[in-house]
Amino acid sequence: MPETINLEVFRYRPEEESEPSYQSYEVPYREDWVILDALNYIKDNLDGSLSYRWSCRMGVCGSCGMMVNGKPTLTCATFMDPPSASWPKPVKIAPLDHFPVIRDLVIAMDDFMKKLKAAKPWIIREEDRPVSQGEYNQTPAQLDAYKQFSMCINCLLCYSACPVYGLEPRFIGPAAIALGQRYNFDNRDEGAAQRNEVLAGDEGIWQCTLVGECSVVCPKDVDPAAAIQRYKVATTMDWFKSMLLPWGANRA
Amino acid sequence: MPAGLPHTPLHPRWYRRRMPIFWWAHQWVHARFILRELTSVFVAAYALVLLAQVRALEQGVVAYTQFQEWLRTPAVLILHAVALLFVLFHSITWLRLAPRALVVRLAGRRLPDSALVAANYLAWGVCSAAIAWFVLVP
Repeated sequence: MPETINLEVFRYRPEEESEPSYQSYEVPYREDWVILDALNYIKDNLDGSLSYRWSCRMGVCGSCGMMVNGKPTLTCATFMDPPSASWPKPVKIAPLDHFPVIRDLVIAMDDFMKKLKAAKPWIIREEDRPVSQGEYNQTPAQLDAYKQFSMCINCLLCYSACPVYGLEPRFIGPAAIALGQRYNFDNRDEGAAQRNEVLAGDEGIWQCTLVGECSVVCPKDVDPAAAIQRYKVATTMDWFKSMLLPWGANRA
Repeated sequence: MPAGLPHTPLHPRWYRRRMPIFWWAHQWVHARFILRELTSVFVAAYALVLLAQVRALEQGVVAYTQFQEWLRTPAVLILHAVALLFVLFHSITWLRLAPRALVVRLAGRRLPDSALVAANYLAWGVCSAAIAWFVLVP
């Protein structure tokens, strides 16, 4: 069993260089360490200038997503396998693909935050019920209809895995659509028509060519690919209804 | 921040990466996706051949016999064999994706993905067998 493992880490220091480079670090190999532990070891013991985001260390906050050996990964949830087994040596760590890099492993999330807001991921009511009438109760089946999509932690692994977003940055993207659907499938919500304008528009669901990798890399099994395809089916059905049925125009 | 502006501590210069032209060649999953997209060309080619066959049929016995002879030439046979492989790949991968687009509930419970895929393959098999019987049995 090797005692140390070599990490090749993407470095970009905008005040010093215009092009990034990779820097090698030798860190102890421990079976119970995840990639994030190794990065923290570097930060604490080898090089305090290394920048990266992390917070909860338990796959909930969604901040520590990085490319590990070319795959979008939550570094707090990925153990360091011995280099002799499935991992090539050294372990290569880079910032998430398809996003601008601010520094080292820190990406700019501005584009996603703008798109997330455009998807209106909150409950929209035509008329709010007064508080005195109590809460909106739901059956387990009604909860089940959207629960899967509510598990998204905005870690952006799906955007990094999506070549469509890489090639066409205007695409609103997997997580924003999945979170829009989370509210479309919620029986308390009445905002589907408002979301349709953005999510079913030019930069929405029809940009998706179903590569499917967004669902493969999702650490929370949200399955954004399913959210997008179900949206496509629903809007297509609405279109047919509005074209074929005499009363369809009112339904669309 | 807009590209091209100089670095300042409050406005760091972002590093933007571009996808390489052969991005799909780096990983098998992406190559498989591109192959699946490419299958549509062969599906379209099949449709065109079928249309040409109908047109030959409409033009009379001589034209149809000539068309059938053209179908038997080695180049066309090889082309059909390649197209068949691509169309099979298209059908298998396409039907496997059905659970992404469909949620079927039976007696209040969601049908598992594997059952949906199995039902699709079964329906595909039955349809193919029916067409084969119609075409091949004299």
